Amino acid sequence: MAHQLAPLPYSYDALEPFIDTQTMQLHHDKHHAAYVNNLNGAISNYADLQSKSVEELVKMLDSVPEDIRATIRNNAGGDVNHTMFWQIMKPNGGGEPAGDLAREIDRTFGTFDTFKQQFNDAGVKRFGSGWVWLVKNNQGTLQITSTANQDSPLSEGYYPIMGNDVWEHAYYLKYQNRRPEYLNAWWNVINWDEINRRFAKSQSAT
Amino acid sequence: MAVTQPPLPFAKDALEPYGMKAETFDYHYGKHHAAYVTNLNNLIKDTELDSKPLEEIITSSFKDSSKVGVFNNAAQVWNHSFFWNCLKAGGGGAPTGELAERITKDFGSYDKFREEFKAAAATQFGSGWAWLVDDGGTLKVVKTPNAENPLAHGQKALLTLDVWEHAYYIDFKNARPSFIDNFLDKLVNWDFVAHNLAA
Repeated sequence: MAHQLAPLPYSYDALEPFIDTQTMQLHHDKHHAAYVNNLNGAISNYADLQSKSVEELVKMLDSVPEDIRATIRNNAGGDVNHTMFWQIMKPNGGGEPAGDLAREIDRTFGTFDTFKQQFNDAGVKRFGSGWVWLVKNNQGTLQITSTANQDSPLSEGYYPIMGNDVWEHAYYLKYQNRRPEYLNAWWNVINWDEINRRFAKSQSAT
Repeated sequence: MAVTQPPLPFAKDALEPYGMKAETFDYHYGKHHAAYVTNLNNLIKDTELDSKPLEEIITSSFKDSSKVGVFNNAAQVWNHSFFWNCLKAGGGGAPTGELAERITKDFGSYDKFREEFKAAAATQFGSGWAWLVDDGGTLKVVKTPNAENPLAHGQKALLTLDVWEHAYYIDFKNARPSFIDNFLDKLVNWDFVAHNLAA
């Protein structure tokens, strides 16, 4: 069965004024949709790959046929990254994490503010298109990373707990060249319930 | 001796009838290009690179893991200065003269060149550039990621199109193929390309 574009879990204007309506429309309905369509096109002749989830696909890049590997990497990556992205945001979000994740962030980074600062810095420093992440690395500890383009941390064996999209399409209509301002504003729409859930899942993920 | 930003070779609103708003140049020339110049000068200040020509800074820092920031900013300074010259109000379409002959010789026809250039620009995933280059006497279309450019690869750049999203998001949103068509049909400054070929 073909992969489906996950619906946006809230209305296009729900994240105003931090993320504008038009950006959400283009980002979900055009950019994310294109990744899903391109992925389906790439695997249309590979019955064995059609039964795999996008998470499975980005974890098995080394074993997919070479002629479609870059297309899978870019488009399965684009799909899995964006589906997470919509879910870890919500209207009236923000604040700080609680419980186990809060403790683990404090233990790893010292304070929540230090974590936030380091996350934003990594987002500013990603040259070109890409993502900044909080992952659980393969040592089992929290780490801030960034990836180019639509590369998923899952491909490196890391579990993405949260990530911010720093492709220019994520912020250009409202913030233009001011990526640091976008990175700062983004914390106002964070859905910590969902991120806590992902952190709990990362504890059991292999 | 610091690297300087050359002036935009046309008024910032000159391309408005041809698909590119003044606002695009306010940001693209006034912010992005300017920031690469500032960042580069900060990085090379009080180093031996400060006295070198921009081209040499680019070729000497390419693939040097200790100079990634220098390369990225230096190449982006050069790429943008070059790109502005590739744009002309009411340009585009097929070239004439020797350039037309060379394109026919190496691509088969202008239409084949156009197709190849469009494909390169459309398929550069993420940020980057599409180029027409002279590679040891043969014209070729190539694409490069992020800041990479033909100089770094020992090729002579003849024409480029910036396909970072900041180059087209204000005018064309996500529609990169429309931006590429608009460039090829209304903006290519073939006189500049011919000048580069002859140089």
